[in-house]
Amino acid sequence: MGSYILKRLVSAIPVLLGITVIVFLIMAMIPGDPATAILGSYATPENVEKLNRDLGLDKPLVVRYFIWLGNMLTGDFGRSFSLNRPVLDEILERFNATLILAGTAFVICSVLGILAGVISAAKQYGFADKAITFVVLIGISVPSFFLGMMMILLFAVNLRWLPVSGMYAIYGGGDLPDLAKHLVMPAFALAVVATGVIARLSRSAMLEVLRQDFIRTARAKGVGERKVLYGHALRAAMVSIIPVLGIQAGFVLSGSVFIEIVFQWPGVGRMLVDAILKRDLLLVQGGVVFVAACYVFFNICVDVAQSLLDPRIKT
Amino acid sequence: MSLISLTRRSLFAAAASTALVAGLGFSPAPLAAQTPPGVLIVGQIAEPKSLDPAAVTAQNDFRIVVNMYEGLVRYAPGTLEVEPLLAESWEVSDDGTEYTFMLKEGVTFHDGTPFNAEAVKFNFDRMLNEDHPFHNTGPFPLAFFFSAVQSTDVVDDLTVKFTLNEPYAPFLSNLAYPTGLLVSPAAVEANGADFGRNPVGTGPFKFAEWRSNEAVVVEKNPDYHGDMAGTEAVVFRPITDANTRVAEMLSGGIDVMVEVPPTALSEFQGDGYQVVEQAGPHVWFLILNAKEGPFADKLVRQAANYAINKEALVNEVLEGTAEVAAGPTPPAFAWAYNDELDPYPYDPDKAKELLAEAGAEGAELTFYVTEGGSGMLDPIPMGTAIQADLNAVGFDVKIETYEWNTFLGEVNPGLEGKADMAEMAWMTNDPDTLPFLALRTEAFPDQGGFNSGYYSNPEVDELLSKARVATDQDERAALYKEMQAIVQEDAPWVFVANWKQNAVTTDRVENFNLEPSFLLLLEDVVKN
Repeated sequence: MGSYILKRLVSAIPVLLGITVIVFLIMAMIPGDPATAILGSYATPENVEKLNRDLGLDKPLVVRYFIWLGNMLTGDFGRSFSLNRPVLDEILERFNATLILAGTAFVICSVLGILAGVISAAKQYGFADKAITFVVLIGISVPSFFLGMMMILLFAVNLRWLPVSGMYAIYGGGDLPDLAKHLVMPAFALAVVATGVIARLSRSAMLEVLRQDFIRTARAKGVGERKVLYGHALRAAMVSIIPVLGIQAGFVLSGSVFIEIVFQWPGVGRMLVDAILKRDLLLVQGGVVFVAACYVFFNICVDVAQSLLDPRIKT
Repeated sequence: MSLISLTRRSLFAAAASTALVAGLGFSPAPLAAQTPPGVLIVGQIAEPKSLDPAAVTAQNDFRIVVNMYEGLVRYAPGTLEVEPLLAESWEVSDDGTEYTFMLKEGVTFHDGTPFNAEAVKFNFDRMLNEDHPFHNTGPFPLAFFFSAVQSTDVVDDLTVKFTLNEPYAPFLSNLAYPTGLLVSPAAVEANGADFGRNPVGTGPFKFAEWRSNEAVVVEKNPDYHGDMAGTEAVVFRPITDANTRVAEMLSGGIDVMVEVPPTALSEFQGDGYQVVEQAGPHVWFLILNAKEGPFADKLVRQAANYAINKEALVNEVLEGTAEVAAGPTPPAFAWAYNDELDPYPYDPDKAKELLAEAGAEGAELTFYVTEGGSGMLDPIPMGTAIQADLNAVGFDVKIETYEWNTFLGEVNPGLEGKADMAEMAWMTNDPDTLPFLALRTEAFPDQGGFNSGYYSNPEVDELLSKARVATDQDERAALYKEMQAIVQEDAPWVFVANWKQNAVTTDRVENFNLEPSFLLLLEDVVKN
């Protein structure tokens, strides 16, 4: 197992290097430079040239890439133009917020999705199955940002149960209940699509397992239905559910971009969108590399978890 | 949904989700959405870049810094004319190249260090002098506002003298611009590049804290040299999404909201809210390519001005958040505005006549439209409405749409060989700026200016050059008025709209005003 993990970690290095090249090239190729973005209407060629020089963007592309890569390997991600602070400080702070949001959404979608899937499979073609399938279909079809806006309208503007946006109250907040109040709407809005996907796949995985001989044997031996479902069938089905959870974890993380904008969650997705619009090269590059590294890491974790669950997968 | 109660297990699912929510500490009791009295919460459109006034360029950031810092002079309330602030008076030498300021006595920065001539010199040297030990706390993108300054000299503790390399009439008005706000030298020395996150000025509010992406908080300065601020604190919250900003305002999460989308204004018509509007030094126009193609002919340019229904644009597309522009200078520059000029009326028949006279019927036009951008209002709906109006009189307009930064990269280098017209908008602080940078022959893009449509009229060039070196305001005003009349007749642009900045406050906010300078001054505001 140790060597398997090591092998996977080593194979991640070229992936990450490739990502640095791609994000650097994309940022270099998109039209509009940071100086133009900063100066706006005052972007005379003369002013742009001077500001680009001040920002260290007058060097050749290859040189800039290696300076950036070299600095990053020593932990220096550079300084953001648009926020005037170290890129890494900003990313870590924002990533923390994204993890809280995406992590909560992930827990919600895993628990609700698997539960719905198990119930549907147990009562296949029954009323509960049909009802769940219907709700799941709606959940998958509604764009999360639209759902988010509708939730704001209902729960924050009309009913005034929950705050509209942000992560903490501006005044007197900062504790756990305050965070929870701000987290409920974005986390649910973010979890809806993934819940649907997980529910559908759990249902089919469960149906497959429930048809197998060992389930019939268990039932024949008089094991209670609940024990059969959650003790025997779900455990076996988890082997095919876990990779789906892994994919959905990535999905939730990337889906948080929309949700973070709608709910003004101070996370990394919103940061990247702002940074791209402002042509904040170092912040975009650093942010993308960081998120990609996390993504790769999650994937490795999922693979490892899967091989732990199912010894046949071990390479 | 009653379906949930149908089976024991779905009941369990419902219970589990409820437990999850309850476990997170959520209580369904209505939230006290009231903001505390004495604390004003302002919904901003973005996170500020920095709170160093010399380093910022965006209106969004100006709204914060103008409340913490002060300059030698400021715009008198309700106008764009300059009045004393940290300087009690000033003298200008006869040749217009030496400005001597007598500073107010007994003013201290928030960190307790004294405000004096040395501090003024430090500020301008830091921005303009590349050898200054703290020049590296920049970059200072708008330092060129003061590029005429040759040296800043301390005459005595409370007297400071600027020497310019040539007479430059907009100097005073640039000093009142946020780029001219003065920072504490001691704080810059202490914090270096992080000064922008640890700002120290002399203003009615002092910096309290900056929680990234949540809020910037400023508190009443108890040692302020002028009248005390009307609130204990002001909180600036960045809310980038306009719909979310509106929702925050409707739910009571913020007290003041700036830049209300036109379509959302109707939400705030009822009791409990107050909508404030103020026209500012903004002009939205179409650059016409006067070098080549149909618009090389003045008649065709005038035809475009007649063909476009500007009333409909400002009232229907912009929902009354702008007024029809008459010429290149916005009326907010009251002293320099030629109020004898009327906007080109909407007259499609006249436009057709002019087109026939010029033999340009059916002319094909390429029209650059942007997706957004500073001061651009609602550029895509405006662009399509303009296209329809122009097609109705016999043009054949093809729109090309670009994202803002890309758009600037296409338009600023000039339209030659690419397009016949482009949207553009400017906000300036002096009537000199826009025409000087965008209407002179010497401001063609290849010479570092913004005259992307290559308009050239020696008379206009001369008037603008004269107005820039004249130190007498009446003389300058006369020159600008003459310039506006000529430019309107020559029609190098289609003059479309002057934006009215707007804001909404709750009825708990008093004394809230918007300034023609578009700066958000909050010292007199009271929050009950």
